[in-house]
Amino acid sequence: MTSLTQSPAEVLEIGAKIAAGERINFDDANTLLEKADLFDLGSMAHQIRMAKHPDMNVTYVVDRNINYSNICTCGCKFCAFYVAPEQEGGFVISREELEQKLQETVDLGGTQILMQGGHNPDLPLTYYEDMLRFIKKNYPIHIHAFSPPEIVFFSELEGISVEAVLKRLIAAGLASIPGGGAEILVDEVRTKISPNKCSTEQWLGVMETAHNLGIRTTATMMFGHEEKPADRISHLFALREVQDRTGGFTAFIPWTFQPDNTNIPNARRMTSIEYLRMLAVSRIVLDNFDNLQVSWVTMGPKIAQLALFYGGNDFGSTMIEENVVKAAGVSFSLSEDEIGNLITRAGFTPRQRNMEYGLLEPRND
Amino acid sequence: MDRTEFYLRFNKGELMISKEYFEKIGLGSILDKVLTGERLSIADGHTLYRCTDITALGALASIVRRKLHGNKTFYVLNRHINYTNICINGCKFCAYARERGEDGSFQLSKDDILDKLRSAPVAPREIHVVGGCHPDIPLSFFEESFIAVKKEFPQATLKCFTAVEIAHFAKIEDISTKETLERLRAVGVEILPGGGAEIFAPETRNKICPKKLDGENWLRVHDEAHSLGYTTNCTMLFGHVESIADRLDHLDQLRKQQDVSGGFNCFIPLPFLTENSALKIDNPLTGIDELKTIAISRLMLDNIPHIKAYWVMLTVKQAQTALHYGADDFDGTVVEEKIGHMAGASSEQALGRKELEEMIIGCGFVPVERDAAFNEIS
Repeated sequence: MTSLTQSPAEVLEIGAKIAAGERINFDDANTLLEKADLFDLGSMAHQIRMAKHPDMNVTYVVDRNINYSNICTCGCKFCAFYVAPEQEGGFVISREELEQKLQETVDLGGTQILMQGGHNPDLPLTYYEDMLRFIKKNYPIHIHAFSPPEIVFFSELEGISVEAVLKRLIAAGLASIPGGGAEILVDEVRTKISPNKCSTEQWLGVMETAHNLGIRTTATMMFGHEEKPADRISHLFALREVQDRTGGFTAFIPWTFQPDNTNIPNARRMTSIEYLRMLAVSRIVLDNFDNLQVSWVTMGPKIAQLALFYGGNDFGSTMIEENVVKAAGVSFSLSEDEIGNLITRAGFTPRQRNMEYGLLEPRND
Repeated sequence: MDRTEFYLRFNKGELMISKEYFEKIGLGSILDKVLTGERLSIADGHTLYRCTDITALGALASIVRRKLHGNKTFYVLNRHINYTNICINGCKFCAYARERGEDGSFQLSKDDILDKLRSAPVAPREIHVVGGCHPDIPLSFFEESFIAVKKEFPQATLKCFTAVEIAHFAKIEDISTKETLERLRAVGVEILPGGGAEIFAPETRNKICPKKLDGENWLRVHDEAHSLGYTTNCTMLFGHVESIADRLDHLDQLRKQQDVSGGFNCFIPLPFLTENSALKIDNPLTGIDELKTIAISRLMLDNIPHIKAYWVMLTVKQAQTALHYGADDFDGTVVEEKIGHMAGASSEQALGRKELEEMIIGCGFVPVERDAAFNEIS
């Protein structure tokens, strides 16, 4: 077979291996990331995506990010959102503001909220339980909240196990867990960029425990800071291993580090091509994940649309409100109609979904 | 679904871009032409536009791009000078033009131009000068300005005036376009930028810019410029009210002109930006539409060496992508650009050399600095 692209022979061999139904290993994935031609990667990822979702649907969720507090003891170098406890500018969301945001979300056809915040040392677990119960009682909405670092922080603050924290939060209304705070799941990298945040083992442990308790979660990766390309591959394999055991991850969401206003200002901004390559390799490695989300928040609408041909099958969320990436200097915004148009113009059918990727009936409005 | 069953769903077990892949989606004969260098017909162009597989189109365009330029991506240290936005043409799509005396209108003096060049963060190798069709700035103003510019910046190449401006000067001076070009050549202008081409098809052109120089004369000015030793660029403004047939006609006219006069160095596909335009469009371009036209331009324009990913109009991230979909030139530092930005471009005002080079490397290419005429600078 003669190749029409730049892929060397070793890449073609890996392609044949994948086509034969074999699982690729760490070295294969590294080779793909480093050496495969962009279009071969896109072609492989897209065919895998089409085999998993032959219906041509591209899904999205109507939700709102609610940041309950920006007060955080973590001090991660890449973060432009947090305020340390003793600094000015810290906030904890008021009940009135929370009500208003929830009502707006419901009014806009929203089905879920993504609620995350900092590691605020002044808020006990009962604060979160009360908040969840309040939301659950008053609004018909799915609560997708508290990334693993927050769960680990709660457990340390309360001196109880992660499992006990999760059980209490689930009892109070927590329905699923967002995959944030994964950054790069390699401790050597985590020590550099987020030394006070939970370890790789703890992050994966929260997710596995949550899956075993019967709730689903997503997984993310933030790349393009101090990690090496091989660290990104390690990250994917760590996720694949847990997913083999639990099947609890609904989706994987890679996105690129945004250096402005952070303590890693000199990081080179990832190009769109590096993003597309990483997305495609993720689609190939994570053969046990159903869904890959494209990141229009960090990449903008044009690249997010193209990413639908590099393994992405989900457009993420309408993000009625997003504060964390905005603080790092990137501000794209898209309405539900705009998301629908981008999907349609790429040749797919836009469908609103819920957190567990069930399709909702189209609304007539 | 178990793993074996899952993978059996792949067509023939072939995942990579291959001859069979193109055949399967009906692009087999076009691939053959691309590989042998045979010119694509207008009908081929329509086939490409009907193809919904953007990966296949990109891979095809990439074959041509790599055959011409390998792994190189070009950039230039340049400085744009927009000397005035006062313009008598009143094109419907334009968000830049103002009437004389209108709020926001401006006109630079010779000293303004020199000051802008002096304040450029790096000494420019290319000075890109375009503006509006001002009712009474005489040609002598530019002759005097350019003599002063060349004296102070002898290393820089002057790339000045679209064919539309050349024809406008000829009219207000009551001389021929050829004489206008000769006078500018005498004061050091070596290159014409490619603007003002918009869409040649007369019916469409009349809808969007009825008062502007027509397509036939746009091409004639470039023909004259080529015969006088200028190299020039060419553009196409797409994504407004034109049809696919109009785009393909436009590309065909450019390559026919190139067959005759041979002086086009670079083609710049310009996506129409809707944000601040009075021309309202039903279906504005999306990112994939932009890449499709860039790729098809690379495939149709077999005799024009370079395709530019003009980041000002595309956004920086989309321009990076375009380098794989047929483009080989990233333009340059630009420094201060008004026309695209007043149309609503969300891109940066300027990029630095380090930034440009890192981006190009990040996209998997080797950055090569060029001069205004696309000669490599070692």
